[in-house]
Amino acid sequence: MTGFVTLDGIRKRWSPTVTVGPASLEIARGEIVALLGPSGSGKTTVLRLLAGFELADGGRIAIEGEDVTALPPARRRCGMVFQHYALFPHLDVGENVGFGLDRLERHDRDRKVAASLELVDLAGFERRKPHELSGGQQQRVALARALAPEPRVLLLDEPLSNLDPALRERTRRELRALIKRVGITTVFVTHEQEEAFDLGDRVAVLDRGRLEQVGAPEDLYERPASLFVATFVGRANVVRGATARALGGRDGEVTVVRPEQLRFADAGLPGVVRERRYTGAAAFYQVETEPGDRLEVLAGPAAARVGDRVYVEATRVLTFAAGRE
Amino acid sequence: MNARLGPTAAAALTVLLAWLVLYPILIVVADAAAGGGDAVTRFVTRPGEWGALWASLWISLASVALAAAIGVPLAFLFEWLEFPGRKTLGSLIALPAVLPPFVGVIAFLFLYGESGFVARAVQAVLGLTRPPWRLQGAGAILLVHAYSMYVYFYLLARAGLAKLDASLIEAAQALGAGRWDTLSRVTLPLLRPALGGAGLLVFMAALGSFSAPYVFGGGFRVMTTQIVATKLNGELPLAMVETAALALVAVVGFAVLRRTEGNDPLIALGKGTAPRRRPIRRPGVRGFATAAGWLFAVLLLLPHLTLALVSLVPYGSWTTETLPPVLSLGNYQRLFGEPERLRPLVNSLWMATVSTFAALVLALAAGALIGRRRPREAAGRFRGAIETLVALPWALPGTVFAIALAATFSVSSPITLRWVLVGTVVLLPLAYLVRNLPVTGRAVLAGYRQLDPALEEAAASLGAGWWGVFRRVTLPLLRPALAAGASLAFVAALGDFVTSIVLYTYDNRPISIEIMSSLRVSELGVAAAFGVILMVVSGLVLGVGARR
Repeated sequence: MTGFVTLDGIRKRWSPTVTVGPASLEIARGEIVALLGPSGSGKTTVLRLLAGFELADGGRIAIEGEDVTALPPARRRCGMVFQHYALFPHLDVGENVGFGLDRLERHDRDRKVAASLELVDLAGFERRKPHELSGGQQQRVALARALAPEPRVLLLDEPLSNLDPALRERTRRELRALIKRVGITTVFVTHEQEEAFDLGDRVAVLDRGRLEQVGAPEDLYERPASLFVATFVGRANVVRGATARALGGRDGEVTVVRPEQLRFADAGLPGVVRERRYTGAAAFYQVETEPGDRLEVLAGPAAARVGDRVYVEATRVLTFAAGRE
Repeated sequence: MNARLGPTAAAALTVLLAWLVLYPILIVVADAAAGGGDAVTRFVTRPGEWGALWASLWISLASVALAAAIGVPLAFLFEWLEFPGRKTLGSLIALPAVLPPFVGVIAFLFLYGESGFVARAVQAVLGLTRPPWRLQGAGAILLVHAYSMYVYFYLLARAGLAKLDASLIEAAQALGAGRWDTLSRVTLPLLRPALGGAGLLVFMAALGSFSAPYVFGGGFRVMTTQIVATKLNGELPLAMVETAALALVAVVGFAVLRRTEGNDPLIALGKGTAPRRRPIRRPGVRGFATAAGWLFAVLLLLPHLTLALVSLVPYGSWTTETLPPVLSLGNYQRLFGEPERLRPLVNSLWMATVSTFAALVLALAAGALIGRRRPREAAGRFRGAIETLVALPWALPGTVFAIALAATFSVSSPITLRWVLVGTVVLLPLAYLVRNLPVTGRAVLAGYRQLDPALEEAAASLGAGWWGVFRRVTLPLLRPALAAGASLAFVAALGDFVTSIVLYTYDNRPISIEIMSSLRVSELGVAAAFGVILMVVSGLVLGVGARR
């Protein structure tokens, strides 16, 4: 498959010990890809390499078949929404959105600005100043500004991290609907798994500068390619030795079991319930096994009480080669 | 900016700054050394030299103590207490800082000098035949310094208090500390960087102070006046040694005080909200505070009002009376009516404009190359060098730079980058430029540091080239910093006396020199009129510069 956006062995060296990449990734036209990883994993670097704010030390970036590796940001035609939006404080909303349209005639520009603002549901906001807007409105202005020059790719740096939690989920849905309506190829950075799963068609997981796995949310969760992906994406119990063997793991390997893949049974691994965390429809139980490991079990809210002696069995386990973690 | 161009441009800027700022100082040191043991021996053996050096040092330290004693209590008064007129008075008493020191000095002369208003009033009241005092010597210098320099302590301590987190003080009180305990164990330690910074400013200003010792010193010499006198005597090698010695004291003082300033712990802790101002409730105390505040403000403004009054006194009309018998606008009419009299004003204006503009351009270049929080890797290597060079003129007295530039540009040797500029009109604006580098540089670099890099990136990703980014985003965002830096630099150049007296020529004689020569021929009214113009223009420029 030759993608609409291609990263081919792209690499950036920050210091002798900190390197991002080499990373390769193909992104199809109209696809939304999430770059997911903990802080310092290099996800923002990959985004900035795509935007052209950083120049790669090796590898190739192509957009629409055009090699843009050495192109300055101004000529890449990537629209970027910054984490803190980076709205120009000395310009009003209309001038912000029209910033990238300075080659157009005034009349066309005004029309385009109005259309872009309408797209993000802010029609008529042209003469407001950025600081008069709420966080959510600022985010939408930033989006309108990035989309107005009709870029080939939309880049979003932690697009929702500056919104309060109540607003975040709704904005996520609206954002996805908007991107799909525009049909633009999109890459965004996030450190929240839920956001990546909700917003992305595919998710690329990064750790310490390495691209660990790229795939649909289900793939990552059900078939993680590495121990890191298994533990970073979703909740996971990591066990070794006797406990691992008792749950069906193998010696010399690291065993990962998700809380919902453990259940209380009449026989199996014995342990004592130490904590119960009630979440409404279900509860998480902390079970201390005899060898001293702690397991998190997801079960019905009335499945056990603190202090109960229980037996735990696994419905499914993931195993990874020991050593690298 | 182009990735390959950056380092080259940064290197070029470093060299240019070094030539402007460092090279002349090195020439002085080299000349002092080349003068041979002779000049050094004379410097070491003449008691007057040691006296002047010692006087410079103790005057500076005493100025710091006096300025702190006035400025810090005022800062607490205006930042922590609430009383009628607090806001107006608070900005009024910052006034001495914004006016050129030279204006303050002549205003002082007209008010407290032996033929000033106060002396005449005392004389009239007591029926004395002679003026009751002569405003001369170390005491007079210290008076002027305390009057003009407390503002540094006042402003910086107020700024420090304003960003003090109220919860820190509340925490101390919750832990059982009383009011004095809180002050000595929490508030003052947290203010240390602000107070250290103010101390440094006052020390450097006092060490480099020239106007006050020149006008009021009499037989009492400090290093700056000593250098200029030696140069006028034609003892150039000795002047070089003296200049090098003063530069050394300045650099050592700078380094020592810089260290006591330390890092600002408030920055590390992040922001909180400043304590609320406590209104003074007892009417008696409130009345007293208000009256004292206004009295103090009047006392501070009195010299400048005096200047305005004297500027209205026609030549020869005021002899022994306590108050001038005739007032008219004659001095101003003559000043603006006769082109030859207007020349100094025109000179000062063009030199201040040109030097300010050049200093801004250099500061912008420095900012663009190394000012960002994330400078381009390669150009970033020059960051330390450029920052040091831009700040250096601040650590050295104006006299040192004036002498150094005169020495450097009195020789024609293009191969060592020296040309004869002494006697031309170029040298003085060049000196203003060098002296203004720290203030414009500091403002512009601070502006760049506050610039969110994402804004420039946003502009670039929207298709703007580097010039477009600079013109449409960077420059508009830097405007407040540029205005502040430019107005301070312009006012400093406009009122400069210390470098002017060494480097002026007849063709570019500035206002301050004209004021001195008017005083010498007893044209007090004209001198005062020039002072008032200087004051008004400075005030206007600073007012415009401070507007957001």
